Amino acid sequence: MFDRRDLLKGAGLTAIAATLNSTKALALDTVTLPFANGERPLVKYPQKRPMIGLTSRPPQLETPFAIFNDGPITPNNAFFVRYHLSDLPYNLDPDKFTLEVKGKVDKPLKLSLKDIRKMKATEIVAVNQCSGNSRGFVEPRVAGGQLANGAMGNARWRGVPLKAVLEMAGVQSGARQVTFNGMDGPVSDKTPDFVKALDIDHATDGEVMLAYGMNGEDLPFLNGFPLRLIVPGYYGTYWVKHLNEITVIDNVYDGFWMKSAYRIPDTPNNAIEPGTAPKATIPINRFTIRSFITSVPDGAKLKAGAVTLRGIAFDGGKGIKEVQVSTDGGKTWVSAKLGKDLGKYSFREWKLPVKLAAGTLELKVRATGNGGETQPDSPRWNPAGYLRNVVETVRVTVA
Amino acid sequence: MQRTVLLAIPLALAAAVGAALAAPVNYKTPDEVAVFKPGPNLEVVQGNCSACHSADYIATQPPMKDKKGFWQAEVTKMIKVYGAPIDDADVGKIVDYLAATY
Repeated sequence: MFDRRDLLKGAGLTAIAATLNSTKALALDTVTLPFANGERPLVKYPQKRPMIGLTSRPPQLETPFAIFNDGPITPNNAFFVRYHLSDLPYNLDPDKFTLEVKGKVDKPLKLSLKDIRKMKATEIVAVNQCSGNSRGFVEPRVAGGQLANGAMGNARWRGVPLKAVLEMAGVQSGARQVTFNGMDGPVSDKTPDFVKALDIDHATDGEVMLAYGMNGEDLPFLNGFPLRLIVPGYYGTYWVKHLNEITVIDNVYDGFWMKSAYRIPDTPNNAIEPGTAPKATIPINRFTIRSFITSVPDGAKLKAGAVTLRGIAFDGGKGIKEVQVSTDGGKTWVSAKLGKDLGKYSFREWKLPVKLAAGTLELKVRATGNGGETQPDSPRWNPAGYLRNVVETVRVTVA
Repeated sequence: MQRTVLLAIPLALAAAVGAALAAPVNYKTPDEVAVFKPGPNLEVVQGNCSACHSADYIATQPPMKDKKGFWQAEVTKMIKVYGAPIDDADVGKIVDYLAATY
């Protein structure tokens, strides 16, 4: 019999064969995400396995959730894709690629990919998560990309510290922020180009990184080839792809994508009363803490008796202290065994053997970080549908 | 038929990977298949919205109670924030289409 993962793998062959037999392919190649208007095509892009297609121009692809049960590292060909603007550098030539470093620096730089690869390399395992991950579950619903939980992934990134590049250029006194621009841009010159900014202290913390490698390979094109920014613990909006322009500035950047977009309420937990507007906002920043059950999908039918539950947890960079699991809808909780520690920015695997009695059960998982923060029992709300981290529930029927 | 399909797969994969590693990249996305649903003023919508994004941007939005208010806000955002060059005379037509069709 097919299980869900076999179906998804099988869909890959179907998608490739689609040009040969499109009627058959279309029938198999859809998934329905568990919220209203959640039907999506499964689509096949070069360098990617079949992914949940959100939009095609610009391309936005969500990772089928079953992949997160395969291990703590998300394969490159399954890693989610998010773009804002439709003019992508589809024909970029890596041999001619240049990273420009300019602004308030003593020595402006123009670095080739070869120059960057010659520098001392570092590696970090870090989660990248879209700010809008899980937006489709937000109630009341809000506009934007309607994603389930698959706009996240964990990879081993290889490249050079941004700090090292900025030191080569010599940051001048009075520098306050660093801005990042990639080769992707708008179709119309009236549309604000996608440019993001980090404070100078953050940009020079030694962890923020310019990555050319991902899980031992070059970055896939749709994940930012040939160079992208890695901002461990921070939402993906800062992880600028096809990065070719770094500018040191002596003010706070006021471009649209910092000043108006990707803002969260300046309130406790960055939450407000559902359906209302915040009085003041700040730029989105670190991930909220989250955890998931990956071994059992919602609605699964299980046999009564012993089963080992598995999953993942992550946070904004303090690291996971504990993962607790409930098999009785949250009445009682048991600590799970944590898997190998791949670093404080990585997915942390967990597992827990449990005994399930017959009936309809709610399985829940809740992580606690090294800083003591944990997940709320009921969802918090903000107008853009960011930061979702409610305790996840998987409903199963046991017989 | 089955055998033909299976033989074609390694060739298709090799072509996709080869293209990605060669310089320049020459990345090819699949054909855009999402289309706007039939509805009033369809041509106005196609002419204005398709310049910057595919139709699935609209089709995947959540079902809202106040459809007209929701789509009015979205069209206003496209004009004010993203600089969409939409004629004043077309704004109402586009909002009506979206509210009636999605």
